[in-house]
Amino acid sequence: MNGEFLTPIDAFTVIDLIFMSMLVVVGIAIVRLKDLFAVVMLSGVYSLVSAAWFVSLDAVDVAFTEAAVGAGISTVLMLGAMLLTARQAAPTKPARHWVALIVVCATGAALLYATVDMPSFGDPLSAPNAYIGLEYLKRTGPETGVPNVVSAVLASYRGYDTFGETTVILTAGLGVVLILGLGGPAIKRKKTSAAKAKAAKIDQSKILGAHHVVLRVVSKMMIPVIIIYGAYVQFHGDFGPGGGFQAGLIIASAIILYALIFGIDAAKEAVPPSLVRLGAALGVLIYGGVGVINLLLGGNFLEYNILNPTHPSHGQELGIMFVEIGVLVTVASVMLIIFYGFTSRQPDISDKDW
Amino acid sequence: MSELLHMLDILRPYVAGIALLSGGVIVLIGASGVLRLPDFYTRLHAAGVTDTLGTLLVLLGLILLSGFTLLSGKLALVGLFLLLTSPAATHAVANAAHKAGLKPRLGTVQSQPPLDASGDPS
Amino acid sequence: MSSGIEFWQYLVGHFNYIVVIILMMTGLYIVISTGNLVKKLVGLGVFQTAVFQLYITMGKVTGGQPPILEGVHESAAGEAATTVAEHGEAAAAAASHGEQAVQATVSIAKTMDEVLVGGVLYSNPLPHVLILTAIVVGVATLAVGLALVVRIRESYGTIEEDELQEANYQHAKGALS
Repeated sequence: MNGEFLTPIDAFTVIDLIFMSMLVVVGIAIVRLKDLFAVVMLSGVYSLVSAAWFVSLDAVDVAFTEAAVGAGISTVLMLGAMLLTARQAAPTKPARHWVALIVVCATGAALLYATVDMPSFGDPLSAPNAYIGLEYLKRTGPETGVPNVVSAVLASYRGYDTFGETTVILTAGLGVVLILGLGGPAIKRKKTSAAKAKAAKIDQSKILGAHHVVLRVVSKMMIPVIIIYGAYVQFHGDFGPGGGFQAGLIIASAIILYALIFGIDAAKEAVPPSLVRLGAALGVLIYGGVGVINLLLGGNFLEYNILNPTHPSHGQELGIMFVEIGVLVTVASVMLIIFYGFTSRQPDISDKDW
Repeated sequence: MSELLHMLDILRPYVAGIALLSGGVIVLIGASGVLRLPDFYTRLHAAGVTDTLGTLLVLLGLILLSGFTLLSGKLALVGLFLLLTSPAATHAVANAAHKAGLKPRLGTVQSQPPLDASGDPS
Repeated sequence: MSSGIEFWQYLVGHFNYIVVIILMMTGLYIVISTGNLVKKLVGLGVFQTAVFQLYITMGKVTGGQPPILEGVHESAAGEAATTVAEHGEAAAAAASHGEQAVQATVSIAKTMDEVLVGGVLYSNPLPHVLILTAIVVGVATLAVGLALVVRIRESYGTIEEDELQEANYQHAKGALS
C-alpha cells in the first residue's frame, strides 16, 4: 500500500457494489448455461450493465461505446453466427472443469497478489492520475480548444494510434470478407412493365415481414431519427461524449435494424455492398489524407497546428473534425461488411431442426 | 403570482424525489413480477410495466430536478423515444414467441388440490 | 490488531480490483472449460470487458467529474489562441527542425491544489482513450473469430472442440495410411 489516501465509504460505494454484484451474477450464469441463445443474450446484458457501471466511474465516452458495441453490434453478430452453427453447447467433462478451476485459481491468486501494490480506488494523487493524465487535462483547453479531453487525446495527441486502430478495423473487415465472402452482388431491379404489373398484384401476406406491422411502422419512424442521432453524436463529440467510433456504430445499427425488419434484400438495395466496401477504405484514406495534407503544408504527419498557422487551436479543431469523419466512415462500413458477410451464408440447419 | 412560482420552486425537489422513488418502486414491482409470475406472456406484461411506467416516472423526476434547461429537453426526447420503442420491443418478443409456437398457459395455477362439490379437498 | 485494520484498509481501497479480477477469472474459466467454440468466444468477450473495467477503475478520482472541460470554448479559447499563436509560430519553426518546443517539464502533482484544472477536479482521461479504441477493435476481432467458427461449422459439421480434434485425427490417420 502506498500513500495515505483512504477510499471513502459513501453512497457511491453502494452503487459500485450493486453493479459489481450484478456483473458477477451474470458472469456465473454464463458459465452455467448450455443454451447458446441464452449465453449470447446474457453477454449482451453483461455489456450493458458494465456500460452503466462505466457511467458511474465517470467514463462517459467508454460507456457510450460499450453500450453501442456490446448491446448492439456484438449481440447481433453472435446471434448471426449462432444461427449458422449450433443452438446448444455440449456439456463439459469433469476433468476439464478441474483443469480449468486449477488454472483459474492460480492465475487469480497471482493477480490478487499484484493488486497489493496498486493505488487505492479513487486516489487523486496516484501516479496514473497525478502525472500525465493531469498534464493532458491542463493542455487540452489552451492548445486545442476542444472541451472533450477524450476526443482531443484520441484524435490529436494520440492521433497516430487511432490511425493504426482504424486500419486494424479495416483489416478485420477484410478478414471477414476473405473468410465469408463479399456479401453477394447488389440487387438490381429492372423496371419493366411486366414487373410493375406484377408488383401491383403482390399478395400482401407474402411480403417479407407482413406479420410485423407494428415493427415496420415503428422502425420506419425511428430509423431516420437514429441516423440523425448518429450525425449528432459525431459532430457533438467535441463538446460532450461521442465521436467517430460511437457515431459509426450507431449508423451501422440503424441499417442493421432496417435489414432485420425489412429483409436483407431491401437493405442491400438501400446500402449496396459495393458502396460499403468503398466506404471502409475511404475512411482510412480520409484519415491518412489529413496527415498527408499536413505534410504537404510543411508540418509533421498528423500535426494539425499547420492547418491554421495563425490560430493553431482552430487548426486542431479542423483536423480533429476531419479525422473523426474518417473514423465514422470506416467503422460504419466495416460493421456493415461484417453483417452482410454473415447474412450471405446459407444456414444448413433448417428451422425445424432447432 | 411570483409567490406561487416561488412556492412551486421550493416544492420541486420534493415532487422530483417522490417521482423518482415511485419509479424505483414500480421497477421493483415489475422485477418481482418477472420472477414470480407463472407464464412467459404474463412475465412479459410485468417487464413491460418496468419499461414504460417505471422509466417514465424516473425521467419525470429527473426533468423536475434539472428545471427548465436544455437537459430537460433532452430527457423529454429520451422519454418520447422510450415510449415509442419499448412497446414495440415487447410486441416483437411476444410475436416471436407466438410464431415459435409457445402457447399461453390458460386456466388457473394449481397451488392446492381442487375442491370437489362438497367443499373438501379431493 | 493493526494488521486487521491494514487488511480492512486494503479491502476498502482495492475491492474494485478484486471483483474485476474475479470477473476476469470467470471469463478465463469459460474459455478453458467449455468445448463449444461460440461459448469460448463469449467467454473471451467477458474476459476482455473485465480488463477494460480494470483500466477504467484505475482512472476514477473520488469527487471528480467526467473529463469534459468546463468553460473552454467560450472565453478561454479566444485569449489562449492568441498566446498559443506566438508559441505556435515558434513551435512551427522549431518543429521544422524536428525538435519539440516543450513549454514546461511535466512533473507529478503532490498536493490536492495542483490536481485541480481550472478549479475543478476531473477523472483521468487517458484510460478512457485507450479503452475506447480497444472496445471497437475487440468487436472487429470478435467478428473475425465468429466468421472462422462459421466456416469451421460448414467444413466439419460441428463446433465442439473434441469432435473437431477427433475429425482431424481421423483425417490425418486416413491420409497416412
